[in-house]
Amino acid sequence: MSVSTTGPDPVGISGPLHGVAVLDEGGRRGADGGPGGRRGPGRSPRRAGRQGRRDGPAGRRVLSRLTPYLFVAAAVGLLLLLTYLPAANMLWYSITDWNGLGPVENVVGLDNYVEVFTNPRILSVFGVSLYYFVGAFIQMALALYFATLLSFSTRFSNFFRGVIFFPYLINGVAIGFVFLYLFQPGGTLDTVLGWFGMTDPPQWLGDADIANYSLAGTSVWRYTGLNFVLFLGAIQSIPNDLYEAAELDGANRWQQFTNIIFPGIRRIIGLSFILAVSGSLSVFEIPFIMTGGANGTATFVIQTLQTAFSYRQVGLASAMAVVLLGIVLVVTWIQRKLFPDEKVDLT
Amino acid sequence: MTRVAPGVLKYASLIIAAVVVLLPLSVVLFASFKTSGEYSTTGPLAPPSNWFNLENFSIAFRQGGMVEGFVNTTIVLVVSLVGTILIGTMAAYAIDRFAFRGRRLIMGLFLVATLIPSVTSQVATFQIISGLGLFNTKAALVLLFLGTDIIAIYIFMQFMAGIPVSLDEAAMIDGANRWTIYWRVILPLLKPAIATVVIIKGIAIYNEFYLPFLYLPSEGMISTSLFNFKGPFGAQWEVIAAGTILVILPTLVAFLFLQRWIYKGLTAGAVK
Repeated sequence: MSVSTTGPDPVGISGPLHGVAVLDEGGRRGADGGPGGRRGPGRSPRRAGRQGRRDGPAGRRVLSRLTPYLFVAAAVGLLLLLTYLPAANMLWYSITDWNGLGPVENVVGLDNYVEVFTNPRILSVFGVSLYYFVGAFIQMALALYFATLLSFSTRFSNFFRGVIFFPYLINGVAIGFVFLYLFQPGGTLDTVLGWFGMTDPPQWLGDADIANYSLAGTSVWRYTGLNFVLFLGAIQSIPNDLYEAAELDGANRWQQFTNIIFPGIRRIIGLSFILAVSGSLSVFEIPFIMTGGANGTATFVIQTLQTAFSYRQVGLASAMAVVLLGIVLVVTWIQRKLFPDEKVDLT
Repeated sequence: MTRVAPGVLKYASLIIAAVVVLLPLSVVLFASFKTSGEYSTTGPLAPPSNWFNLENFSIAFRQGGMVEGFVNTTIVLVVSLVGTILIGTMAAYAIDRFAFRGRRLIMGLFLVATLIPSVTSQVATFQIISGLGLFNTKAALVLLFLGTDIIAIYIFMQFMAGIPVSLDEAAMIDGANRWTIYWRVILPLLKPAIATVVIIKGIAIYNEFYLPFLYLPSEGMISTSLFNFKGPFGAQWEVIAAGTILVILPTLVAFLFLQRWIYKGLTAGAVK
């Protein structure tokens, strides 16, 4: 998730037009949802601050100094309580052998981290992530293909858009059941494959060699819609006259795709790629609901939560969570380096 | 001459995609209308003989505790949404409109927080919630949904930046204080952002599985009620199918009515 509100403060565009221009930009941005425009808070806070200090007696001045803090108090309080305090605690638990009950007894230093990187049971979960990582690529390719297709005039395009996107909205447990049903021996998938002459289908979820493919496939089914909508939004924010110009120059669809669409949405593709990396490390719902992590389908998060809540090794689980967090932070840092938060310029 | 082939390919691929999406859902729909005898004798792709056999739905509804699930989810959904909107808009207002000490620090804290996947810190968050004595209460869920929502604050800050400061100033000249400005001027103008947040967050809360599973084991939410079907109805696929359809149905209705806003909300929310 990149954030585009933290740009440098623009040096003042003054006068009454200031507000109007900003509103216009905000409105357009909202409408096309394209790669984020940005605007620093600019002059406004400073101006507002001066205004605040102007009003009268000392008591009111104290109150007006406190006002902003009162407005942010709840949000910041919750942020500290539920994000930073747990993160700090997690670091602390990760160097202990705490079981989650009673007081913390022993500090074991880096033992938990050594365990994370040497225990084959824990390391094997990274292998499981690879299935989802490859799945994420298939998912992005499909999403890009359909987004390109449906951004040009197509019959029933609203219907197809809706159908491709809808799975993203469905409850994870419901998706789990839908696919448990689909993958049943002698179930829907086997019947359909039977039509095509496949008479001896594998045990989709029972066979440890196949189970991860089935789960990653379910994950692709579930999340393609989100990538699709993001790509579609980005493609539609590309100005139409570029296509017209390209068509006048005799460019075909493929040339238009490689020269206009792809560069135009490069940033969102890059972002999706990075999200795919951290997403495939933190897969949880689909395998947990469908197999409970059996048959070698346990992911990092399943393993972490089982370690904490089933085996009561909160210390070790915290170390695992810290490692995962570390990887996600590194990946995000790389994303920021490769795709700095800026507008894509086509001209 | 090269016009026809790409056209055929294009529609063929779209139709295949539609089948891949709709087939798994349709067979579950079929199963939900079948009697148990019919279920065991017919193939999964055979449509039910009686489309008005609602018995599975009533079993799912009554024995599966889905009423409780829907009621609890609605309560948590409404309280969390109202809370998120108030807390988020107030924070966005303060951060965008005031110059105060610590403003940059606070923005930095929100920024870094977006990077922490909440599922990783559950191990430690759990200790805090149980330390507060909220384990196994709906309040735990509300608190978590309020506290982990940084995306909403960003969406509000984005929209806030588009509201001209001159409006605040005009209101101030008319003698309004900060609270009145927030309540009477800013909040109404943030309506589009609020709609976006309600949609994104509403979907997220309705679909959330892990938090209720971990923090509210004794009561059902939509997700956990359905998940519990695995036990008692393990072999009765027709009942599980009915429960699944019941859970998907509200999403489908909401999607059909709100399509355009959902797309907009996601493109605004997911990338920020």
